[in-house]
Amino acid sequence: MISIPHERFERVLADPALQQAIYAATGRLMEKRREAVAPEALPDYQELRSQARRIKEHTLENLDYYLEQFEAEVHARGGRVVWCRDGDEVVDFLTKLAREKNARLIVKSKSMTTEEIHLNQQLEQRELEPVETDLGEYILQLAGERPYHIVAPALHKTRYDVADIFSRRLGVEREEIPERQTRIARATLREKFLAADIGLTGANFLVADSGAVVLVENEGNARLTTTAPRIHVAVAGIEKLIPRAQDLAVFLKLLGRSATGQPLTVYTSVLAGPRREGELDGPEEFYVVLLDNGRTRLLADREKRESLFCIRCGACLNHCPVYRKIGGHNYPWVYSGPIGAILTPQYFGAGHEPWLPFASSLCGACGEVCPVKIDIPKMLLLLRREIGRSLAREGKGRWERWAFRVWAWLMTRPKLYEFAGVAASALAPEGSEGWLTGLPPVLRRGPLAAWLSQRDLPLPPGRSFRQLWRVRSRVKRV
Amino acid sequence: MSRDHILHKVRTALGRSAGQPAAEPPPVRLCGPQSDLEARIERFLNAVAGLNGKTYRARSCEEVRDYAARLVDGRPAVASCTPVLTACGIHGLPGVRYQFSTRDEFQTACAQAAVGITGADYALADTGTVVLLASHQEPRMISLLPPVHLAVVPKERILSGLDELFTLLPRPSELTSSLVLVTGPSRTADIEQILVRGVHGPGEIHVVVL
Amino acid sequence: MARRVSLFVTCLVDQLFPSVGLAMADVLERLGWKVEFPEAQTCCSQPAFNSGYWDEARQVARHFLRVFRDAEYVVVPSGSCGSMVINHYRELFHKDAEALAETEALAPRVWEFSRFLLEVAQVEDVGARYDGVVTYHDGCHALRELGIKQGPRRLLARVRGLVLKEMDVAEECCGFGGTFSVKFPEISGAMARTKIESILRTGADTVVSTDSSCLMQLRGALLRAKAPVRTLHLAEVLASR
Repeated sequence: MISIPHERFERVLADPALQQAIYAATGRLMEKRREAVAPEALPDYQELRSQARRIKEHTLENLDYYLEQFEAEVHARGGRVVWCRDGDEVVDFLTKLAREKNARLIVKSKSMTTEEIHLNQQLEQRELEPVETDLGEYILQLAGERPYHIVAPALHKTRYDVADIFSRRLGVEREEIPERQTRIARATLREKFLAADIGLTGANFLVADSGAVVLVENEGNARLTTTAPRIHVAVAGIEKLIPRAQDLAVFLKLLGRSATGQPLTVYTSVLAGPRREGELDGPEEFYVVLLDNGRTRLLADREKRESLFCIRCGACLNHCPVYRKIGGHNYPWVYSGPIGAILTPQYFGAGHEPWLPFASSLCGACGEVCPVKIDIPKMLLLLRREIGRSLAREGKGRWERWAFRVWAWLMTRPKLYEFAGVAASALAPEGSEGWLTGLPPVLRRGPLAAWLSQRDLPLPPGRSFRQLWRVRSRVKRV
Repeated sequence: MSRDHILHKVRTALGRSAGQPAAEPPPVRLCGPQSDLEARIERFLNAVAGLNGKTYRARSCEEVRDYAARLVDGRPAVASCTPVLTACGIHGLPGVRYQFSTRDEFQTACAQAAVGITGADYALADTGTVVLLASHQEPRMISLLPPVHLAVVPKERILSGLDELFTLLPRPSELTSSLVLVTGPSRTADIEQILVRGVHGPGEIHVVVL
Repeated sequence: MARRVSLFVTCLVDQLFPSVGLAMADVLERLGWKVEFPEAQTCCSQPAFNSGYWDEARQVARHFLRVFRDAEYVVVPSGSCGSMVINHYRELFHKDAEALAETEALAPRVWEFSRFLLEVAQVEDVGARYDGVVTYHDGCHALRELGIKQGPRRLLARVRGLVLKEMDVAEECCGFGGTFSVKFPEISGAMARTKIESILRTGADTVVSTDSSCLMQLRGALLRAKAPVRTLHLAEVLASR
């Protein structure tokens, strides 16, 4: 059997306040999305999804072309493209850049890609000071935690947690009102913005025909990050490309609505190159780091390539009944929820945390709400198959494999199948009105015990349908 | 070199060769909704109000100036040099600064201003969005650093939505290094999903349509 | 002459909930259909397919294709097993031209029970009576893989004496998920409890669904919570008088 971190799930499930926080927050986001994509609000929602998927499909199928076009456009506007195979190369580039420019303080706006490569820790080890400026990310950086959710990183923190974190880490007086806590963050971070030499962002989209980095946000921290410091560096995965600025009309309509139910987030910035002749502000230098970090491996897999379509809206997390129970930190990587369950094994290999794609009831809610129509349930099924094969190669999971082999043998032999049913029925213990509550001593382990740990178990009713059917047919004939 | 390495891996994954052109992309999907100007103005003002923005419909340049004067109220303010503000005489209001010789001087003024006043290159009626293209006349920080942002929108600049914007500006980056869509006041819901306005950007936005 | 339907009752109904199969047969016969039960049937293969054992799933799916090859209509009291045949056999057999052709030939004749009543038999009122307050649980696969949403509600609305009260999270998964329910019992159980809280809030005395697997999960959790709410398959409600 593969090992499953049951105790960790139990811990989150046993915390009523946390359960309530996750369920309520994701529930609100679900509700807002539902209203925002309802036919009366967005009549062409389904066509937009199809178009978004078509564009992503096309872009990835021709990715080398669009990467080169993007690079040429960035260079034409006075920016520079830096190609990095992995996180180490990003760290090396940034460290060298900081040294060259005599920079130490780096303000950062929210970026899952930099979380992916643990950039903050790496930079800190090199005597640099990266400061997260998105409120949620800032709270987590002070708390030393990773994001709980793709778009609502501090979803699990209460105002009281924030009060503790701020008073401990910032030396301010304890403040429990979110509005005042926000003001504390604004004041502290404003100084950082104005003093920083480098502004580091991710990218929601990279526009090939414009050499542009597109940033979508609500707070204004990404705008400040890309406006105040002399240098702007955007770190983005190579899958973030879209061919044309005009395609933004499609993606922007979907992203905000899917994430938070906003038709547009407060700020959308389309940034191309450093400031131009005569401009008073904006960065003097503009770099785009194109990161592979395993993406080309996913790209080579035709069947699962669509996993790279993801625009990180977080809708699949909000709608996932499993995420809503176990929360974000029970997923092994920075990407949690259904999208994390399909990305993690593809980045790290089928043998890494092999339980992950199985932790789904395959309810399909994730696929239904995905704005770029990633068939997440299908990806989970494909991964389950791969993991099964990889376990077989390692000689693991023998019992289950054997059980399914016997099962298939039985299911293709109707007489034996019927006999097995009769036998099971004869062996079944006594229950109350056909249901079993307690655990008979022989069933201390295994799937039946697991079932009974949570709910009652139906017992075979004595006669199967086929037996009853024979009786019924005989009676009818008479 | 990482560039060649990555491109090589991409091409191997896709079965493509260097220099191979892209297949025909899916046709651009932009709808051209037609609605008359009055309807757009009304929709725009309603949308801004729905985002907790303050709105005002000015019938003359004087009304714009009066609105701005009341809002600034003698406090320090920064205005851009966009023509509509010049035409409305915003630069003559007490407390309003608009000329700067260095970036540092400009940044300090923005950081200390109570109000930032900009024009708007376009506005989007569907979403209540003010569209700003950074330029020598319209720098970025005015709509960003002060706690209050006043945008003066010439009414003929109000479009219906994103589709019309990207039809008019198929490649905005040819015109500007920074195209920003501002849709309501800066906000966050990062603590317990409680809405707080004015995190890093302005917590208050005023939109005057002329 | 009456038209023929073949029942595929599913292994779960066959072994654990035979009354659902009988109820389905009763309803169809009352509507004038000649009902057959091909005795060689076993399972649709979904348990193996969902667990990653596609070779084993293929063996069982081929058996299914053989058993029902000549059926005019195959009616299934399950959106999940129905969708397995209608949607997923194509993936299972995408490299097996022969089985794929058989799938393409059979899949259009496979019908989830409620949809069969509405679209083939074209009845909404089957003449049933059920005195009770009912809430309807959308089985995930019926809902999202087959697009079955309003159909069962329309059928329930015509049942005399029945009051339908929607729960606030009708579309949320009950937590069954096949082997998921025993591999991740604590998560599955927590999902079931969330679902039954919502059921209890409606004040309904009966939960109805189109899938016996969801109902097994819900009934098990309701019994464990000692909540006095019955579970019935749609067919059982439609068969009652």
